[in-house]
Amino acid sequence: MLPEAIEAMTEQLKRVGNASSLHAAGRRVRRVVEESRETIAQALGARPSEVVFTSGGTEADNLAIKGLYWARRPRRRVLISSVEHHAALDPAHWLADSQGAEVELLPVDEHGRVRPETLRAAIERDPGDVAMVSVMWANNEVGTVQPVNVLAAIAHDHGIPFHTDAVQAVGQLPVSFSGSGADALTLTGHKIGGPMGVGALLLARGLTPVSVQHGGGQERDVRSGTLDAPAIAGFAAAVSTAVREQERLGRHLSELRDELIRRVREAVPDVVLNGDPGDRLPGNAHFSFPGCEGDALLMLLDAKGVECSTGSACSAGVAQPSHVLLAMGADAAAARGSLRFTLGHTSTRDDVDRLIEVLPAAVERARRAGLG
Amino acid sequence: MGLRVLAAMSGGVDSAVAAARIAEAGHDVTGVHLALSANPQSHRTGARGCCTIEDSRDARRAADVIGIPFYVWDMAERFQRDVVEDFVAEYAAGRTPNPCLRCNEKIKFAAVLDRALALGFDAVATGHHAKLVDGVLSRSVDQGKDQSYVLGVLTREQLSHAIFPLGDSTKAEVREEAARRGLTVADKPDSHDICFIADGDTRGFLAGRLGAAEGPIVDQSGEVVGSHQGAHGFTVGQRKGLRIDRPAPDGRPRYVLSIEPVSNTVTVGPRSALEVTTITCGRPVWNGPDGRDDLTVQLRAHGEVYPCRFEEGAEGLTIELARPATGVAAGQAAVLYSGATVIGSATIMSAA
Repeated sequence: MLPEAIEAMTEQLKRVGNASSLHAAGRRVRRVVEESRETIAQALGARPSEVVFTSGGTEADNLAIKGLYWARRPRRRVLISSVEHHAALDPAHWLADSQGAEVELLPVDEHGRVRPETLRAAIERDPGDVAMVSVMWANNEVGTVQPVNVLAAIAHDHGIPFHTDAVQAVGQLPVSFSGSGADALTLTGHKIGGPMGVGALLLARGLTPVSVQHGGGQERDVRSGTLDAPAIAGFAAAVSTAVREQERLGRHLSELRDELIRRVREAVPDVVLNGDPGDRLPGNAHFSFPGCEGDALLMLLDAKGVECSTGSACSAGVAQPSHVLLAMGADAAAARGSLRFTLGHTSTRDDVDRLIEVLPAAVERARRAGLG
Repeated sequence: MGLRVLAAMSGGVDSAVAAARIAEAGHDVTGVHLALSANPQSHRTGARGCCTIEDSRDARRAADVIGIPFYVWDMAERFQRDVVEDFVAEYAAGRTPNPCLRCNEKIKFAAVLDRALALGFDAVATGHHAKLVDGVLSRSVDQGKDQSYVLGVLTREQLSHAIFPLGDSTKAEVREEAARRGLTVADKPDSHDICFIADGDTRGFLAGRLGAAEGPIVDQSGEVVGSHQGAHGFTVGQRKGLRIDRPAPDGRPRYVLSIEPVSNTVTVGPRSALEVTTITCGRPVWNGPDGRDDLTVQLRAHGEVYPCRFEEGAEGLTIELARPATGVAAGQAAVLYSGATVIGSATIMSAA
C-alpha cells in the first residue's frame, strides 16, 4: 500500500462511529467518508454524488451489469466484450442463465480491441432491446486499451447506458469519468496502492440500477451496507496519489516495459508479444512462448525469484487457457504458453536484468517439459 | 546439497506429512496438487469436480504450513485417457482393473515424473505407505495400510526417482505427526473409493459409459439361470447383486465365475469352482532383487497373501499357489514378494 493510504487508513482505524449515525461520532466519520468521496470525484472527473462506494471491483461490476439490466427491463440484450474480467463476464452469463437476458459477447480484433463498427453493428441489429453495454477500459491480461469514449458515444446514439471496468486503468492511464462519456465506471482500491476490500462504482446522476444487495440504502439507495470509513479514507488517499503520479509513473513504466519487451525478444527470438503493440497499459508485457506451458515457465521463474502470472486460475488453481487470448484468435496451445509480466511503481531496471538473466534457461527447460 | 523433490500433494494427511518430512530433511521441495478430473462448464471453468476443490485447498494450506512453494498441475486429460478410459475399456473386455495402480503407473510416476525431471527435479515423493530403500520396494510397517501392492507395477527406473517417506510409520503415527506439525488435515478421513466415481456407484458409472445390454447368466453346465443388464457390471468372485430367482440345486450361494464380454455372458457357480491354484500372467515387471526365499503373491489390493512358486515362460508368467485362492480376476495385478520385499509384478490373464 502507498504510505499516504496507510496513514489515512490507520488514522481512521482509531476512531469509532458509523457514518450513518446522527450523533457526533457518526458525524465525524460521515465527514471522512464525504471528503473521501469528494477527493475521488475530483481526481477522476466525476461529481461527488456520482461516487458509490462498494466492497471492490467485483461488486461494482455486478451492480452495474445486473442492476442496469434489471432497471432497463423488458429490454433483454446485454452487449459485453469477450475479453472482460470474470467479475464482469460472469454476472452477464448469470443474467443469461437465470434472468432471461440475451448476452452477446462482442468480438475483438487480433490485439484484443473492440472495434467501434463491431459495437455499432451489434446494437443496430435491434437497438430498442439493448439493456446495457459493458466494455472494459483496459484489459487486465494483455493490456490493450479500448476506445472507451468512442464506444460510449455509439451506445449513447441509441440512448443505451454504457459501463466500463476501469480497474486496470486508474493510476496507469488518464481516466476522466465525464470525459469518457461512460455512465458507470468501476474502480478498486488494491490496484492503485490502496486497501483491499474497497472500491467504487462511478454512476452518472439520474441512472438508478436496481440494487444487488438490499438494506439501509446507504449509497444513493442503490448500495446498502455500513460503510468502511477507514478503508474508504485509505482508498481516497490512494486514488488521489495514483492520479497525481499517473503521468510520471506511466512514463517510467512505459520505458521500462519497452526495454523489457525488447530484451525478452532478444533473449527468446520466437516469442510473441500479445495485445496492442503501442496502445497498452504502461506496466503490461504479455507474451506467448511457443512450445512452453505457461505454468511450467511460471514455476521455473518463481523459483528464481521472478514473479509473473499466467492468464487466470480457477478456484482449484488449475491454469486455464485464457479466454482473452482465445477471443483474440490464439489457439489453445499458444494460450497455454503465455505469461504476463506486470511492472509497478516499485519495479526497476534490476528486475528486468534479473528476468533476462534467468529467462532463456527457463524457456529451454519448459520447452523440454513440453506441452503435457 | 539436497535433492530437488516434487511432492505430489493430494490434500490428504499422508502426502502432507510426506512433504513435510522431506522438506525437514533438507531437500528443496515443491508441492504439486494434481487436478485429475476435468469438469468443463459452459463459460467458466471454475469448479472442477476432481479430487475436489476442497482437496486442492487443503493441499495448498498444508504447503503453506510446511513453507514450500505450491502449484496445481492439470493432468485431467492424461488421467481421463490413461486411467478413466482404460478403466472402462478393461471392464468392457471382461477384466477387473485397478485404477489406483494404473494412476501410479501412468500418471504419478510417468506423466508427472517425466515433466518433473524435464523441469529439473530429481525425484517425485508421495504419501504412499510403502518402504523404498536404495530402489528396493517393500511393505510398510503398517500392514493394514500397506500400499506396496499398488506400487508394485512400477519399473526400476520409475522407482529410482521415487521417494516414499512414510514406510516406517503407521497411519496413527502419521496422523499424530500431522497434528504436531500443525497440519489441519490431521483428522481428515481416509479416502477409499475410486476417486473419479464420486458417488461410489461403479456399476452405474460403467452402465452410463458402456450402456445397458441384457445378457444371460448361465451355470457351469451352460443352463440359463437368469439375466443381467451388462456383463461389465460384474466382477469375478462377486456374490451379491446377481438377482437369480432360482436357487442352486444344492441351495448354496452362487458366485460369478467368469465374464465373457463378446457373448455378454456371466457364468456363475459354487464357491468351490472359484478356487484356483494356477495363475497365468502377462506383462511381467521385475523391479526388485532376485529373491527366491519366502515367496508370496498378492492378487488384489489389501487382499490375502499366498505362498507360491513361479516360472517365466514364453507365454508369460505362471504362478502356482500353495493353497487355493478365490475371486482371482483378470486385469488385476499379481505382485510377488520375497518376505516383505517386492520382487516384481505381472497382470493376471487367467486362472485355473
